[in-house]
Amino acid sequence: MTGSALDVVGLVKSYSGRRVVDELSLQVRPGTVLALLGPNGAGKTTTVEICQGFRSADAGSVRVLGLPPRDPALRPRIGVMPQAGGAYPGLRCGEMLHLVAAYAAHPLDPDDLLERLGLQEVARTAYRRLSGGQQQRLSLALAVVGRPELVFLDEPTAGLDPQARHATWELVEALRSDGVTTVLTTHLLDEAERLADDVVVVDHGRVVAAGTVHELTSRGSTGQLRFASTPGLDVDQLLMALPPGCAAKESPAGQYLVEGPHGAAINPQVLATVTAWCATNDAMAADLRIESRSLEDVFLELTGRGLRP
Amino acid sequence: MTAWAPGALVPRPGAAPLPRMLAAQTVAELKLVLRNGEQVLLSLVIPLGLLVVLVTVPFIPVDGPRADFFVPGVLALAVMSTAFTGQAIGVGFERQYGVLKRLGVTPLPRSVLLLAKTLAVLAVELLQVTLLSAVGLALGWDPRGHVLAVVALVVLGTAAFSGLGLLLGGTMRGLTVLAAANLLWFVLLVLGGVVFPISAFGGAAAALELLPTAALSSGLRDVLVDGVGLPLQSLVVLAVWAVLSLGAASRLFRWE
Repeated sequence: MTGSALDVVGLVKSYSGRRVVDELSLQVRPGTVLALLGPNGAGKTTTVEICQGFRSADAGSVRVLGLPPRDPALRPRIGVMPQAGGAYPGLRCGEMLHLVAAYAAHPLDPDDLLERLGLQEVARTAYRRLSGGQQQRLSLALAVVGRPELVFLDEPTAGLDPQARHATWELVEALRSDGVTTVLTTHLLDEAERLADDVVVVDHGRVVAAGTVHELTSRGSTGQLRFASTPGLDVDQLLMALPPGCAAKESPAGQYLVEGPHGAAINPQVLATVTAWCATNDAMAADLRIESRSLEDVFLELTGRGLRP
Repeated sequence: MTAWAPGALVPRPGAAPLPRMLAAQTVAELKLVLRNGEQVLLSLVIPLGLLVVLVTVPFIPVDGPRADFFVPGVLALAVMSTAFTGQAIGVGFERQYGVLKRLGVTPLPRSVLLLAKTLAVLAVELLQVTLLSAVGLALGWDPRGHVLAVVALVVLGTAAFSGLGLLLGGTMRGLTVLAAANLLWFVLLVLGGVVFPISAFGGAAAALELLPTAALSSGLRDVLVDGVGLPLQSLVVLAVWAVLSLGAASRLFRWE
């Protein structure tokens, strides 16, 4: 696909014989925000680091703004916010930002950027004495100060307080309004839901779902009914009583999920059937709620509930 | 926090002119060295203290005036401290903290980064030589020889020690670098003709002369004490160390 800000096709990367990225392909449209989601160890950071030129691919092709990742011409055009670190511990916050600004031909005003990210108070504080959240915000400032066309943000709001998280989100939204492309790696599904135009869910090095947030959350049923009750109730009996096209399951034990007929919203008949079935089984339905699917539901459905190492 | 004005973040990528990057990076590298207490201790406080003690307290016997023997040795120590020990430790921790990795995705070329580090080392050395010479002269030092021969020795010595420092700092973990660099500093201080004449080591002296610290201290003594015009053996030993260490560093250096 031509015209993508980032174009990854059939990417493969193995570490000591284990494939951590397995035939992964994704495209990012210019001027949009793409959220790369996936459990720990899914291959997100490896993928992003190959795009940034830190690692080489075993197979597949990567084009960043139409260029190979290690092309030096790319350096001024991209901004990178790594997951942690990346600043001289002995330089002051403001000095570090001014230093990186000095690498760029037309940088943003570093002092203005410090103020907007709430760092003006600590501009004269050594990097190693900043709090984790302040280091994160400086790292974000370092990624954007050179006025790049494409920024990679690796978990930009991890560990931030709500104010700082909103300041970060506002910056990402302003970047998009001004035509900057953003590739966002995140664990926070509400962050992806709010910021991303497109979402790619990665697991075991492969893309397991891709689309807009709306496409992913509206895929399958849009209406759900959840409740907690006695574990081990006869779900088949409930399915027979429900209107045709409904789905019902118990997962995990004691947590029940009912989806509306053929993807439609939960209707009064479905609700009445569920409560009647509970009554038949002499079981209470607790914490009963009707909701549409969130990105988190989609994510857990795709990648499972098992904890990752 | 005020909202972003539309258009404030419109991309306008471009690399700054190389001289501007070099100037900014050199200033930053210098600040990092001069603010780091351990580096200042290693490059300035210890050499100055050693010089004063060695010249004024006669516990190590030497031939001729004490200042004439010890100033060249301490100058060699100062060059080693800055170019080797300081650089190795600095680079080791910069790698550990992900600084070099981050700089690798900015427009700053690696060659400019290394040049800035070299300029910062030379600036610190200029400060060291000035202070040590002033203290030496106050203690009765009577230097001979040509200043160009001294410059040649210091430049080649800096190249050799920088190569070794980048090799050590660029291949091992931060704490390993710290331990190894300080240990080597001490070993070379003892065996490198800084505090004892190399002749004190008897049969091993010829082999010790091949150490970079010994080559630099002996060369500086040949020039500054005996007025030798071209201390060929020392220059050759330092040049070989420079070629080998810089060659190995450029092959083995890891940026993260």
